[in-house]
Amino acid sequence: MKILLTVQDNSIAPRFDQATEIMIAEHDGQRLTAEPRTIILPHRSAEELSDLIVKEGVECVICGGIEESFHKFFTWKKITVIDGIIGGHAEALQRCLAGELLPGTVLPSAQGKG
Amino acid sequence: MLPRRGDKPEKIVRMHRRINAPEPMNDEFSIKFPEVAVENLLDAIPHGIAVVDRDCKIVAINQTLEVLTGVPLADALGVYVDFILRSNIARRGRTFREVLASGETQAIEGDIVSRDRRKIPMRFTIAPLRGHGAEPAGLVIVLDDLSEVVNPAGLGTDVDIAESIIGQSPKMREVFELIPLMAHTEASVLITGETGTGKDKIAEAIHKRSSRAAKPFIKINCGALPESLLESELFGYVKGAFTGAVKDKPGMFRLAQGGTLFLTEIGDMPLPLQVKLLSVLDDHEFFPLGGEKKIQVDVRIIAATHRPLKERVAEGLFREDLYYRLNVLHLHLPPLRERETDTRFLVNHFLRTMAERTGSSVKSFGDEALRLLMDYAFPGNIRELRNIVEYCVNICQSRQIEVDDLPKYLFTRLAPAVAPVAAPILPEQPPPPPRESGQDWQSIEKALIVETLTQTRGNRSKAAALLGWGRTTLWRKLKTHGLVSPAGARIENEEG
Repeated sequence: MKILLTVQDNSIAPRFDQATEIMIAEHDGQRLTAEPRTIILPHRSAEELSDLIVKEGVECVICGGIEESFHKFFTWKKITVIDGIIGGHAEALQRCLAGELLPGTVLPSAQGKG
Repeated sequence: MLPRRGDKPEKIVRMHRRINAPEPMNDEFSIKFPEVAVENLLDAIPHGIAVVDRDCKIVAINQTLEVLTGVPLADALGVYVDFILRSNIARRGRTFREVLASGETQAIEGDIVSRDRRKIPMRFTIAPLRGHGAEPAGLVIVLDDLSEVVNPAGLGTDVDIAESIIGQSPKMREVFELIPLMAHTEASVLITGETGTGKDKIAEAIHKRSSRAAKPFIKINCGALPESLLESELFGYVKGAFTGAVKDKPGMFRLAQGGTLFLTEIGDMPLPLQVKLLSVLDDHEFFPLGGEKKIQVDVRIIAATHRPLKERVAEGLFREDLYYRLNVLHLHLPPLRERETDTRFLVNHFLRTMAERTGSSVKSFGDEALRLLMDYAFPGNIRELRNIVEYCVNICQSRQIEVDDLPKYLFTRLAPAVAPVAAPILPEQPPPPPRESGQDWQSIEKALIVETLTQTRGNRSKAAALLGWGRTTLWRKLKTHGLVSPAGARIENEEG
């Protein structure tokens, strides 16, 4: 199963449509099965990113702000979206695997804690 | 004086600067309002406001910004500002650092993504906060909502879609919701639905809503052309590729460069061409006929068919890999008989437009005529409904369309008993099913002709009258459907 995170440096990118870097993590439901891979996108495009997410067979997207139409699209494609996340991507991934990441969460790492 | 709703952000920034200014303003303020914190003051301002330190980390935000971003002040404190704002202007913090370095206020237009996932156009006024030192102690960022002055992108195309595709039924509402979603991706779309359900219109609507809207939308009917001609139409050819190829032809793929290629009746595409199409979809490049140089293309594919593609795959008539390649996004258009509330709506719409176009004085349908239309199954869907209304508008001599103005074949299908000849001849004959599905129009028409001829015991003049056609039309259709042998045809033709 695949989780995709939109990233900016060590954090979740503030906006889905502005992301130029993504991380794809494969897991077995509890832990990662391989080292997450990072992909640098050629340019900012929410459309192309959505296309990539569908083609990659991603099951969960962790991101910052995302427009309603894209959120609806992923929901329609049965892809879970955990949006509005603020904080480090490692912490977000860890929490997601533990089933503890909710939309709109400001992680302690965002405030330099944790 | 506190800022008021409608104040320009620049004015608010000036006021805020005064509030935060060193002596003597701060003293005066704190003497007069000893209990008032800066946060309370910011809450009175009807604009989103963020105050950040020199590291661009949040020191304060007001309630308006809390509501916009969905992040409460306690969670926002110490967080880098753009993670809170979710703007498109930050350029990884460079914008804010430039203001800190220059000490000059900047007003920039951009947008944010709000808590409720709306992209809101904003004017960001970024002003330095002066402390005791020479350098700014931080920044104050004021967000001015421009929604009311900026026309949101895509609004125009929404109107276009609303005008070209009509429907209020729940099933069509679902389709309308999917159009913008499909427009948002680059993936191939497969549109299925019976003939006349509006597959072309939906394909065009998806293109118009997509980022490719400014580029060409090219439609090609894969079932209308023989294989060799379809190949040259799609992929083009080079001069000398075959006899008659006197100059290069670009082909539809190249003409649609950057845009969308709409392949209608994809289910009828010959197998050898399916292989070539699959290759183009995978590699985005192809050789034109007779060409030695590969052509690279950036084209989005939307395909449509009225045929059950999965069954054709099972029959070996359609490649399975191409089916899955095209079927990334699937949109099924419901037949008109499943769009309960839409029929009446469409009848009125076509009546109005046809009457305007022809200058007819027809204003409405009579109750009985309308009831008959509502009970009809419309195997040809919207196209058939439009044709029926057009027929009525042309035939009707008064202001209201009555039963007599409807095409006669409707009665045959609805209730055989009303056919004066048919009823006494075959009283035991069961009435035709009121609603049919899963057949294309050709097979329905063929069945209708056979049914009517059975009723009239093969009398073509009576059958033609019942069907509302001329004898010649019936004759032509009999030949089209292979319902008559050449020898028999001559005799029958001479008779009737």
